[in-house]
Amino acid sequence: MAQPLVKKDDDRDEEADYSPFLGIEKGAVLQEARVFNDPQLDARRCSQVEATEVFFAVTKLFQSRDIGLRRMVYLMIKEISPSADEVIIVTSSLMKDMNSRTDMYRANAIRVLCRITDGTLLTQIERYLKQAIVDKNPVVASAALVSGIHLLQTNPEIVKRWSNEVQEAVQSRAALVQFHALALLHQVIRESGVNSQTGDRPFYDYLEGCLRHKAEMVIFEAAKAITELSNVSTRELTPAITVLQLFLSSSKPVLRFAAVRTLNKVAMTHPMAVTNCNIDMESLISDQNRSIATLAITTLLKTGNESSVDRLMKQITNFMSDIADEFKIVVVEAIRSLCLKFPLKYRSLMNFLSSILREEGGFEYKKAIVDSIVILIRDIPDAKESGLLHLCEFIEDCEFTYLSTQILHFLGNEGPKTSDPSKYIRYIYNRVILENATVRASAVSTLAKFGAVVDSLKVRDRATLYLNTLGDGSVSETDKYVKEFLFGSLDIPLTNIETSLKNYLEAMVSFVLLEQAQNPTEEPFDISSVPKDVKSQPLAEKKAPGKKQTGLGAPPPAPTSAADAYERLLSAIPEFASFGKLFKSSAPVELTEAETEYAVNVVKHIFDRHVVFQCNCTNTIPEQLLENVTVIVDASEAEEFSEVGTKPIKSLPYDTPAQTFVAFEKPEGVPAVGKFSNMLRFTVKEVDPSTGEAEDDGVEDEYQLEDFEVAAADYILKVGVSNFKNAWESMDPGTERIDEYGLGPRESLTEAVNAVINLLGMQPCEGTEVVPNNSRSHTCLLSGVYIGNVKVLVRLSFGIDGTKEVAMKLAVRSEDENVSDAIHEIVASG
Amino acid sequence: MGLLEETGTNKEINKIGSSPPSCEHKCYGCRPCEAIQEACPTIKNILLLDSEGKRVAVKYYSDEWPTNSAKLAFEKSIFTKTQKTNARTEAEITMLENNIIVYKFVQDLHFFVTGGDDENELILATVLQGFFDAVTLLLRNNVEQREALENLDLILLCLDEIVDGGIVLETDGSIIAGKVATHNMDDGAPLSEQLLYEIRIFLAFSAVES
Repeated sequence: MAQPLVKKDDDRDEEADYSPFLGIEKGAVLQEARVFNDPQLDARRCSQVEATEVFFAVTKLFQSRDIGLRRMVYLMIKEISPSADEVIIVTSSLMKDMNSRTDMYRANAIRVLCRITDGTLLTQIERYLKQAIVDKNPVVASAALVSGIHLLQTNPEIVKRWSNEVQEAVQSRAALVQFHALALLHQVIRESGVNSQTGDRPFYDYLEGCLRHKAEMVIFEAAKAITELSNVSTRELTPAITVLQLFLSSSKPVLRFAAVRTLNKVAMTHPMAVTNCNIDMESLISDQNRSIATLAITTLLKTGNESSVDRLMKQITNFMSDIADEFKIVVVEAIRSLCLKFPLKYRSLMNFLSSILREEGGFEYKKAIVDSIVILIRDIPDAKESGLLHLCEFIEDCEFTYLSTQILHFLGNEGPKTSDPSKYIRYIYNRVILENATVRASAVSTLAKFGAVVDSLKVRDRATLYLNTLGDGSVSETDKYVKEFLFGSLDIPLTNIETSLKNYLEAMVSFVLLEQAQNPTEEPFDISSVPKDVKSQPLAEKKAPGKKQTGLGAPPPAPTSAADAYERLLSAIPEFASFGKLFKSSAPVELTEAETEYAVNVVKHIFDRHVVFQCNCTNTIPEQLLENVTVIVDASEAEEFSEVGTKPIKSLPYDTPAQTFVAFEKPEGVPAVGKFSNMLRFTVKEVDPSTGEAEDDGVEDEYQLEDFEVAAADYILKVGVSNFKNAWESMDPGTERIDEYGLGPRESLTEAVNAVINLLGMQPCEGTEVVPNNSRSHTCLLSGVYIGNVKVLVRLSFGIDGTKEVAMKLAVRSEDENVSDAIHEIVASG
Repeated sequence: MGLLEETGTNKEINKIGSSPPSCEHKCYGCRPCEAIQEACPTIKNILLLDSEGKRVAVKYYSDEWPTNSAKLAFEKSIFTKTQKTNARTEAEITMLENNIIVYKFVQDLHFFVTGGDDENELILATVLQGFFDAVTLLLRNNVEQREALENLDLILLCLDEIVDGGIVLETDGSIIAGKVATHNMDDGAPLSEQLLYEIRIFLAFSAVES
């Protein structure tokens, strides 16, 4: 229904922007539609009225014998795609037309009827369609064959019965009928799952012959097909490259584009095969069509030799200013790989990167440049000093926090190892003063790294304070610890340490700035106070752009032995010994903010008839000793759970994590869900910091904790399968449950995929959790074990449209069809 | 949480033109997935816009743009992207959102044909040329917006005769125009006779040329 509503006005207006269809309203169209009932039909007038509301009125038009009008009725029926009960009204007329003596009636009636038909109707008209396929008139035959291709998707079993007729049509003298018949045949074969691929390539000679065909379209298709052959040899490629090279100098932009795009792809795998085209490619850099120019440049960057680099860079510099970011990123990536290929040319390539870094550009583009410079610095030692300075200059005026912090971190690692570290200090120090909190924090860490490594007084001065607070004041002893801390690998999730450090460092920065060196903060930062547990990302969390965690390295995955450790821990507690086998332990869920007085997180242990909440508590106040610590779990919003026991912590001294447990009973084998609100209850005793002794009298106190939920995902184990397809096919198709869901507008396909994976808590298989860039559809495969030891496999098909609306199809197979239903319930209520 | 809501609206009708068009291993018969179309050249849409990027006639064969606003947004971005290029003598080509678009401008009319990025560019160009030739014949060489709107019915029929559900039916402009004109033969309108006459001339010329 894409066309504008149409109404013709006979009076011509002489205005310049006159449009006969301007200002059409639905009401007017409906009014106009009454004309269809007029016994004195004005065919010409009627054929120009169109509206979705007038389907029934339109059907009256079948009474007219006017061919043009009839054609417009066909068009309209196709646009309206009437529902099944409406179809009946027009079928008889269409079936009459399908047997008409007029060829065009037959052809068009077939196309319309096949478009609106359903299975039952199709069996009625199947006989006519088979006749039409072998009709003398090629238009009729093509119409039936093309309709067959469409119907193959909805009613494959019927279309497959037409093979005799289709075979006959393949022999037709009309080229288009041959083409449509072959297309249908090919798809029938694919549908049947016959694998026609063989190891050798019987087609190569045929393809090579097609390179001499008279139609450019065929030549190109053959050349493209040759370049796409798997494991194609250089000798096989040569004739294809030769014809593509000829196309490069064609006067037709489409032909140049097609050729350069194909050669660009070839250059990724066979750069040497394309070098012959370099001269033609260079002339394409100035092509009016910027897509062609970009493709030519990136191809040249892939195939270029060392001597041509400088000339190429000069040409590219002029070119960069007038192309879009998307093209620029492609060029930057190509330059990066070129530089790695020819490290001696780093100077001109690095200069180029730094000059484009100073120009206008969006985040993705700038990130591509920074990433490239970082990689070059790492891989080409000579490029390090100039590269670091370029980065320093960039952060002087960088609007992207994420990039600034990444660069500062990198400077901290690489800068101290250079011959003159002091020249970077000024840039870093400026960041401490001028930036937002995140960048300031990074800058202080970077300064500290310099201070720890560099023997320059100037640097030391700035960093001494920081150092002092890290250790106990004795510099020699601290050094080792500091280095370990700053550069060593940490077994603590970086997200946690980041939050803790950020707050601490902000305080530090103000000290540095006020130069209150004689009075350092009393409380040194203590790495061990940072919770070691991986914080699970809340489902609904929206990541702010520029603050992505990717660059900082993802938290390390929990060791596989965690489950064993939990099992040992729990079985050692007599109260829980009778609960049977532990089914699943969740990742820890934080119940407190990261830098509060008491740090508490919870691990949910699921048993068949019980759940045990293990609350890991840490007391972060040195002046306090906590005793008799329990977590009061209120299950009033989790009706199926009833508390059966708790195990308190007798004593919780400063900075010594300990666990308290709360056990609940739940219905056997049922994935009961619910929300729990929590309170930390304890007796607090003052501790004398000088002696470390606690006072005798304590005070009862409570501390509010965050709520947590037991969700459906807690009842599914992440268990992968090695071959999903085999596993899928070995499951009983009778247990399969399919449905479709609209996920609403999403930031990206990746975000939608992750949300569903997290919701289900299942194991992504075969790397399908990764969505390729710019994909509009994606299939994700999940596997897991549902409580009761039932294997479940899930196939998710996602599609995203231009407005970022995401639709998802969910297919589940499992060993128990009730579990398939349960998975759908999780998604439906998610 | 309201994360997901069930919808019954994803009716599975003919969906042509998947993206990505080839899906080698992950297809277990799932929909939406139109991977089976990969062997057959597929047109995603044909657009005829005016000099301000407004619609004269458009036809979408792919559900990549499911809503009217998605379609309009696509038309706007492709019009903006190509506006300043010179596509008056030879057809031009560009890429947008993983699609290849070939286009040609004449007077105040902008012709576009869109296909997926695995498509043979020359096939798209041939479809564009066929559409363009047919419209030129049907409008008797007055290829401009007003004439196009006056004969919108012919242009809509023309689109219908070029591509059916994404599959190319015919690419020869004179044959397309001939099919459209046939329908108007019984009309008795002078337009059709004149048109058929011109098409005969055109065919005679092209016969001489080849």
